[in-house]
Amino acid sequence: MELKSSAPSGPIETRWTRHRFAMKLVNPANRRKHKVIVVGSGLAGGAAAATLGEQGYQVLCFCYQDSPRRAHSIAAQGGINAAKNYQNDGDSVYRLFYDTVKGGDFRARESNVYRLAELSVSIIDQCVAQGVPFAREYGGLLDNRSFGGAQVSRTFYARGQTGQQLLLGAYQALARQIEAGTVKMFPRTEMLDLILVDGVARGIVTRDMVSGKIEAHTADVVVLATGGYGNAFFLSTNAKGCNTTATWRSHRRGALFANPCYTQIHPTCIPVSGDYQSKLTLMSESLRNDGRVWVPKNQKDCGKNPKDIPESDRDYYLERIYPSFGNLVPRDIASRRAKDMCDQGRGVGPEVGGVRRGVYLDFGDAIKRLGKKVVEERYGNLFEMYERITGEDPNVTPMRIYPAIHYTMGGLWVDYNLMSNVTGLFVGGEANFSDHGANRLGASALMQGLSDGYFVLPATVGNYLASNKFPAVSDSHPEVKAALKEVEARISGLLAIGGKRTPDSFHRELGQLLWDNCGMSRTDAGLKSALEKIPALREEFNRNLRISGSGEEFNQTLEKAGRVQDFFELGELMCRDALMREESCGGHFREEHQTEEGEAKRDDERFTFVAAWQWQGEGKPQALQKEGLDFEYVKPAQRSYK
Amino acid sequence: MQTAQKTLGVFDTTVGKKIALAVSGAIIFGFTIVHMLGNLQVYLGPEVFNHYADTLKTMPALVWAERIVVGSSVIVHVAMMISLYDRSLKARPVGYQVKRSVATTYASAAMKYTGPLLLLYIVYHIAHFTFPGISMGDYEHSPTDVYSNFVNGFSVPWVAVIYIFANAMLGMHLYHGATSMLQTLGLNHPQYNALRGRLATAVAMAVTLGNISFPVSVLFGIIQ
Amino acid sequence: MSDSMNLVLHVWRQRNREAKGAFERYEAKDISSHMSFLEMLDVVNEKLLADGKEPIAFDHDCREGICGMCGVVINGVAHGPQAATTTCQLHMRQFKNGDEIWIEPWRASAFPVIRDLVVDRSAFDRVIQAGGYISVRTGSAPEANATPVSKSDSDLAMDAAQCIGCGACVAACPNASASLFVSAKVGHLALMPQGEPERMDRVRKMVAQMDAEGFGHCSNHGECEAVCPKGISVNFIARMNRELVLAMAASRDPVAPRTKD
Ligand SMILES: Cc1cc2nc3c(=O)[nH]c(=O)nc-3n(C[C@H](O)[C@H](O)[C@H](O)COP(=O)(O)OP(=O)(O)OC[C@H]3O[C@@H](n4cnc5c(N)ncnc54)[C@H](O)[C@@H]3O)c2cc1C
Ligand code: HEM
Ligand code: HEM
Ligand code: SF4
Ligand code: F3S
Ligand code: FES
Repeated sequence: MELKSSAPSGPIETRWTRHRFAMKLVNPANRRKHKVIVVGSGLAGGAAAATLGEQGYQVLCFCYQDSPRRAHSIAAQGGINAAKNYQNDGDSVYRLFYDTVKGGDFRARESNVYRLAELSVSIIDQCVAQGVPFAREYGGLLDNRSFGGAQVSRTFYARGQTGQQLLLGAYQALARQIEAGTVKMFPRTEMLDLILVDGVARGIVTRDMVSGKIEAHTADVVVLATGGYGNAFFLSTNAKGCNTTATWRSHRRGALFANPCYTQIHPTCIPVSGDYQSKLTLMSESLRNDGRVWVPKNQKDCGKNPKDIPESDRDYYLERIYPSFGNLVPRDIASRRAKDMCDQGRGVGPEVGGVRRGVYLDFGDAIKRLGKKVVEERYGNLFEMYERITGEDPNVTPMRIYPAIHYTMGGLWVDYNLMSNVTGLFVGGEANFSDHGANRLGASALMQGLSDGYFVLPATVGNYLASNKFPAVSDSHPEVKAALKEVEARISGLLAIGGKRTPDSFHRELGQLLWDNCGMSRTDAGLKSALEKIPALREEFNRNLRISGSGEEFNQTLEKAGRVQDFFELGELMCRDALMREESCGGHFREEHQTEEGEAKRDDERFTFVAAWQWQGEGKPQALQKEGLDFEYVKPAQRSYK
Repeated sequence: MQTAQKTLGVFDTTVGKKIALAVSGAIIFGFTIVHMLGNLQVYLGPEVFNHYADTLKTMPALVWAERIVVGSSVIVHVAMMISLYDRSLKARPVGYQVKRSVATTYASAAMKYTGPLLLLYIVYHIAHFTFPGISMGDYEHSPTDVYSNFVNGFSVPWVAVIYIFANAMLGMHLYHGATSMLQTLGLNHPQYNALRGRLATAVAMAVTLGNISFPVSVLFGIIQ
Repeated sequence: MSDSMNLVLHVWRQRNREAKGAFERYEAKDISSHMSFLEMLDVVNEKLLADGKEPIAFDHDCREGICGMCGVVINGVAHGPQAATTTCQLHMRQFKNGDEIWIEPWRASAFPVIRDLVVDRSAFDRVIQAGGYISVRTGSAPEANATPVSKSDSDLAMDAAQCIGCGACVAACPNASASLFVSAKVGHLALMPQGEPERMDRVRKMVAQMDAEGFGHCSNHGECEAVCPKGISVNFIARMNRELVLAMAASRDPVAPRTKD
């Protein structure tokens, strides 16, 4: 099977413009006749549903929360990038494009990335017009900050709640369309399967999470914007409900899953405090601008109160190993070094599973240098959040931080139109694999979600609707019925197991396996062992799962069980993908493949491709399909931060 | 689903009703201020006070205007309160097993009791002094000598007690009401809110203390 | 900081909207003071499930105080004893060994109970749908810096825009009033120049919908502000009233009183 990216050729600056002009348009009068399903109400889904509704299509929008306003985009703190060059510091669409391709470690599609950079500009206009209260300068113009080690200040932000404000903007646009009657919203409704008719995506099967009702919804086209799969690790910075069910079930229906092993670790999260831990909380990276990272030089000091550890016994390892970048080295490097320190037994904080997993982020010097007040102004709210969770005041005792899974670059494979290999199935936002390659730059996911949602999907979905015929599909259509049956069978199957272990206990164990073997750094041996353990665990899951209650009611245990079931299969594929990719790139670090300085070592000869996995049926390993990547504009180079 | 297109009127929304409540409350409040100041003249002796009462009688237009305004304000005030509280009871059919107030003051929580009590008081009070003018105790109510009605009335301990209690209620009602009404009317500015609160409360307390002073002074023979 | 504690919970259990509920008593043993309140409930639920009982249903998602999904009344206070903190961010060090904890759902006729501690807050969505937005067609927006906005206005707007729609204000208000939530959105959009054109209609439509949903009025008790995890100020309620007076005085086009849809 050959993967066509259908990305236009020719000068990259005009690709999107030319592509758009070539698209067919739907006559406004006919739009009402087309039904569009959008699964997800985050930045990507919410924006797409609102815009498609505004264009006059009949939109059905789904989310699992009680309101579209709660999608996990809400949690984004830092900001959103855009090539506005308001700071006149030499930024440009081309520079944002360049930085993103390089940041993605040369594993993304140039055309997509350029389009992203190009659209970033309109996103800011759109959001400001919606009333998003971005931070401003005293002159009343928009303020920017530099983020994630970028040399230019191109990040727009709204205090520490950028994602919240952008999502509320999209949510309000969506609300306007719901009021106008163009969008019908289905909250507390979970997509459990994709409906194909003659190989074309024509609907979804959902479960009403309040009544338990299983229903089929048919339409002319299906758009997935269901977010990332970071929760495969159980502990992540994602919301508890984030899941892969929508994407995974679509994968099982034929959609290719691309680069599942590309997961991003965030270095500054609050460490695990005990085995009851349910999620990890991220703290803005900006902390590393003034905080100094260290661990004790000697293991015996690890249990001590940091105050009692003299300077001479502290190892400021990032400053030691990377004199020029110091504490500001990129996310993946900072993360891996922290892991090394803890593996060497020099971690700090409570022992969890016999190991101390934490390093100090110390503001002592910053407070001496800048004064408590300045530090307060810069990080006050983060310090409060930290104290609320840990009960320790960073002004007194140094913060403890540890990396955590934060974002997933992998996702369903899509072409330049954001359509998967399954005709009629479009995928936007974190749910697809496009744009970020092997590593995402800070403040670029919000940008991608909104460019997909407001600008790309409305155009490409319209083109798809204009270019095809859509024979009516009734709920009694055999393929619809079959899909319904499968879902019902799956649910009753889960309920029937009647074993002893709770979904969470399985999820925790799976997560630990993935974290240990397919997390920050990966080895051939580790991945192979995980590939033996996961199926065994899944086998126990199918035998020994316990769920209370029934399917015909509000049942959170049942919801969890369904999600864990899909994480099992995805987790296995993540390991297979990581094992196949015998190189280190971006978020994927194979210990066998590193430079003598311990940096990621790419193998462009063998691995300059997108790994897209194709479902082969129950119990059979997926087949690998490759989309070659070529770089006409940004020439691959090895990065070095020494 | 929308009902027939008509512009939203004041009484169509809770906010509008609440504003009506505040405005009527403010008017009654205003009246009590003037009323209290007028009554202070009792300390200047029978001549002055009766003269004040008589002069009022010589300008029926003013008096009636005041009666109509204050009277209708009381009616609006009560009507709004009834309709708002009817709503708020329906708004929480099932209460909490444990409920702890974090910010509600005693006075604000008691509004719904102090209010009705004041209504009773007003009725009683008018019956006592104005129409029909019932002698509360063993003296003849004099249509002309308001001063002696005043003194005779308050010489009866239980009458005095009713007045003192009622005006204490008024004090409580206004302790929350005076600031609350400004907040309701949107008369607020973060910079002056604290000052605003203190002023409003001060006036409210002045009225209350002034009013309470009357029966007290009579009881202690300061006024005879 | 006692690290491990035993607690007695009284939790509201209710099968569904129609069923009548009751309090159940549970014992939570060996609870670490580092747990979050919801992690404590997780532990209780894992045990219930292991014992073949039905776990306690409660809403939650982000567990970092931003999505607004969580929220229960803990010992009579919405979101519990710690100020400016959502239920998910509340940690057990706020409690001590032997404490009895009463856990109840938000109580308001506009927030019917779905199950146990889970309520239906869709009334909030309908209030926003009534007008809590700025009508701008995608792609038709002017250059972002074309309209400067005074820093103080946009900062104040941001204070209001922080509302996470959790509903604690309604739960805490003696009148079950949604005034703080509604005024936060009215205030946010009224303060931005982009919101100006629809200003007069917006406040009337949103207030009308707020009433149609059956929320109570505001008596300026201030409970809402006190429990609001984002510390939204009651001054926005005053601003909303001001906006409404202005709108009723100034506006030509009719806005009908709405009925619950
Ligand atoms: C803590 C944190 C901080 C971050 N900070 C930043 C930042 O500063 N800058 C930045 O650019 N990026 C940041 N990110 C990344 C960014 O927030 C996300 O990648 C982005 O918001 C994803 O948006 P989305 O629309 O694709 O998915 P989401 O916002 O996750 O939305 C997913 C939607 O799909 C629905 N859904 C999911 N599964 C189903 C199902 N089975 N059935 C029905 N509906 C379903 C959900 O209800 C939800 O509405 C951060 C991420 C996290 C976790
Ligand atoms: C001496 C006469 C009265 C005065 C001066 C007065 C004044 C006020 C004022 C200023 C307010 C504040 C309005 C607001 O909160 O915006 C108020 C509120 C109130 N009044 Fe009165 N009032 C009087 C009589 C009454 C009566 C007779 C009743 C009821 C029968 C009543 C019931 C209430 C109630 C319940 C409130 C609180 C409304 C709320 O905010 O929930 N009042 N009053
Ligand atoms: C101790 C306190 C008070 C005293 C001594 C007092 C005294 C009087 C007197 C002497 C009159 C009759 C005047 C006349 O007939 O010429 C009167 C009338 C009246 N009082 Fe009071 N009053 C007091 C408090 C109040 C309060 C708190 C209210 C509540 C709003 C009130 C409302 C009225 C009204 C409405 C009238 C009728 C006015 C009229 O006839 O037009 N009074 N009062
Ligand atoms: S105003 Fe505060 S309490 Fe009310 S919904 Fe918003 S955040 Fe929650
Ligand atoms: S508590 Fe209720 S009365 Fe008003 S000030 Fe808050 S809404
Ligand atoms: S779970 Fe999101 S705010 Fe509490």
